[in-house]
Amino acid sequence: MPAMAGKTLYDKIFDAHLVAQGEGGEAVLYIDLHLIHEVTTPQAFAGLAAAGRKVRRPDRTLAVLDHNIPTEGQALGVAGIADADSRAQVEALKRNVTANGVPLFDLGDPRNGIVHVVGPEQGRTQPGMTIVCGDSHTSTHGAFGALAHGIGTSEVEHVLATQTLRQTRSQTMRVTFTGAPGPGVGAKDFALALIARIGTSGGTGYAIEYAGEAVRALSMEGRMTLCNMTIEAGARTGLVAPDETTFAYLRGRPGAPKAGAWELAIAHWRGLVSDPDARFDREIEIDVSDLAPMVTWGTSPQDAAPITEFVPDPETTDDAPRAAAVRRALDYMGLIPGQKLTEVTIDRVFIGSCTNSRIEDLRAAAAIAKGNKVAPTVRAMVVPGSGLVRAQAEAEGLDDIFRKAGFDWREPGCSMCLAMNPDRLAPGERCASTSNRNFEGRQGRGGRTHLVSPVMAAAAAIKGRLTDVRDFL
Amino acid sequence: MIPFTTLTARAAPLDIDNVDTDQIIPKQFLKTTQRDGLARGLFYDLRFDAEGRPREGFVLNDPRFAKTGVLIAGDNFGCGSSREHAPWALQDFGIRCVIAPSFADIFRNNALQNGLLPVVLPREDCQALMGEALGGNHLFSVDLERQTVTAPSGREFAFDIDANAKRKLMAGLDAIGETLAHSEAIDAFEVSQALRQPWMTPA
Ligand code: SF4
Repeated sequence: MPAMAGKTLYDKIFDAHLVAQGEGGEAVLYIDLHLIHEVTTPQAFAGLAAAGRKVRRPDRTLAVLDHNIPTEGQALGVAGIADADSRAQVEALKRNVTANGVPLFDLGDPRNGIVHVVGPEQGRTQPGMTIVCGDSHTSTHGAFGALAHGIGTSEVEHVLATQTLRQTRSQTMRVTFTGAPGPGVGAKDFALALIARIGTSGGTGYAIEYAGEAVRALSMEGRMTLCNMTIEAGARTGLVAPDETTFAYLRGRPGAPKAGAWELAIAHWRGLVSDPDARFDREIEIDVSDLAPMVTWGTSPQDAAPITEFVPDPETTDDAPRAAAVRRALDYMGLIPGQKLTEVTIDRVFIGSCTNSRIEDLRAAAAIAKGNKVAPTVRAMVVPGSGLVRAQAEAEGLDDIFRKAGFDWREPGCSMCLAMNPDRLAPGERCASTSNRNFEGRQGRGGRTHLVSPVMAAAAAIKGRLTDVRDFL
Repeated sequence: MIPFTTLTARAAPLDIDNVDTDQIIPKQFLKTTQRDGLARGLFYDLRFDAEGRPREGFVLNDPRFAKTGVLIAGDNFGCGSSREHAPWALQDFGIRCVIAPSFADIFRNNALQNGLLPVVLPREDCQALMGEALGGNHLFSVDLERQTVTAPSGREFAFDIDANAKRKLMAGLDAIGETLAHSEAIDAFEVSQALRQPWMTPA
């Protein structure tokens, strides 16, 4: 009899959280951490109350305010939210968490910020955990070797009531990034290169594990960027096996294991790797040695190309549906086939979002901004991922660098990543953005988004057009 | 949840790949604390121009498709944000079934939680169905028990669906109720985890 193949990291975490085998092969999985925010929870709490149910584990639930809050005047609290509907959602969350004893980082609390920045920063996100949130970019937390993914509002209600989720097992895909990237190239470029390769539905049904020396060399911030973008490849979960980099990041954070428990935890975490003989349903390898900084030209994250390239020509493909999609995207984006990407002029720059608003992202962008000026035709904003990131950046003088260069320095939140708050593009405005989605209207109706890394965004702000950041190095 | 057994309705073709949830229901409609009333935001930017006037070319503005119960779409339908407002809006509009070559995972889950049937058929079949739908005023039938879609021409398309999803849709089951039947197992898991991994329980 052949020996049983080893287990993948995904399967290990999945199996360790199996509470029961539900009806019809669906697993009932225990959820270790449930992050919630104002936009995807009101209907879940309403459903809970209507059924006379309570939050089962308020101590494993953490609430933040991030999606629709303004990025100025947060010290004013709810009174500082001009939009009545946004205010109502924030008030609803505050009522709901109070009624259920769920901890909340309120507006103006330095610990508040984008949910996927806050969880790791507080040390609540830990290796081996199952983590869910009513937000698709929950995949971010997989950077710690946690099984983390986004859920819908009915599932939020399910987790609130039972602290479990019904799940069918995903297939597994390993993406190995080999080589060492050149200067100016990083995790965001890895992610865009992968999505350009496999497409936005290439990962559908899979849990992706990222491996290879280029991933091992990434900081936790970089790993979070990579796992964050996983959902844009269609996969709900992206994982990186924890290692010394992970442990060093977590040590001493408020939610991290203390004293004696820390050693116990580390011993356990070290076992969180895919077995050498584990089999993946799909394997992909990408060599990052020659990767150039990436930028999107279309309205899907898969519409990405190296900055050295040209806007594609839909007439050169025989694939009719693809040609139609490209034509539609270029029409929306107002781009001309064959145009050099570095000749595309921009109006706005957004540095922020759960993809790229952590301290390392801001440091990298500031290094490019330092001593330069934002082009007079561009409005650029920097929105830190949390109050603590903002405070850290200010302690390092990064805010000064940005302000002197002409960037607007804002308070934390999702901001122009999805433009539910007052930060948004006007119709036709073109933006170099460090966020994760360039869908039609994502950053404001009629707005045109080019996804880039923080250094590429900073470089674009200075030049007033899409730019190869390597010109600055 | 309303059970889904059979549906006989008109179908509208939406021949666009990667229709994301931002397109299905733009974010300005997410500020509600209710589940109802989202139909007015469905495909808002596709349906209406900047002045709020219906766009002529958009399929759901065509009187022939005003009362559609089935949407036939392109590949990777429902990608993007996890907002459950997307299936809520489709249903509020009267759509109870979406047929596409593939669906994004979270959308598919959210649809199933709400009694909205996602039917996966090969691209050629979807194209054939769209062709028939363009004929306009005809009825399509979806039979979940038999796992078939019948086009107005009488042509029948069989589809696969996960047995468990089918069972829940047909019975209109409340997932929370089902899971709470495992309460003892959840209690036991918590006790054992607290022993094995004490650091996991927040102080
Ligand atoms: S920053 Fe953007 S992607 Fe991230 S949680 Fe907020 S809205 Fe979602």
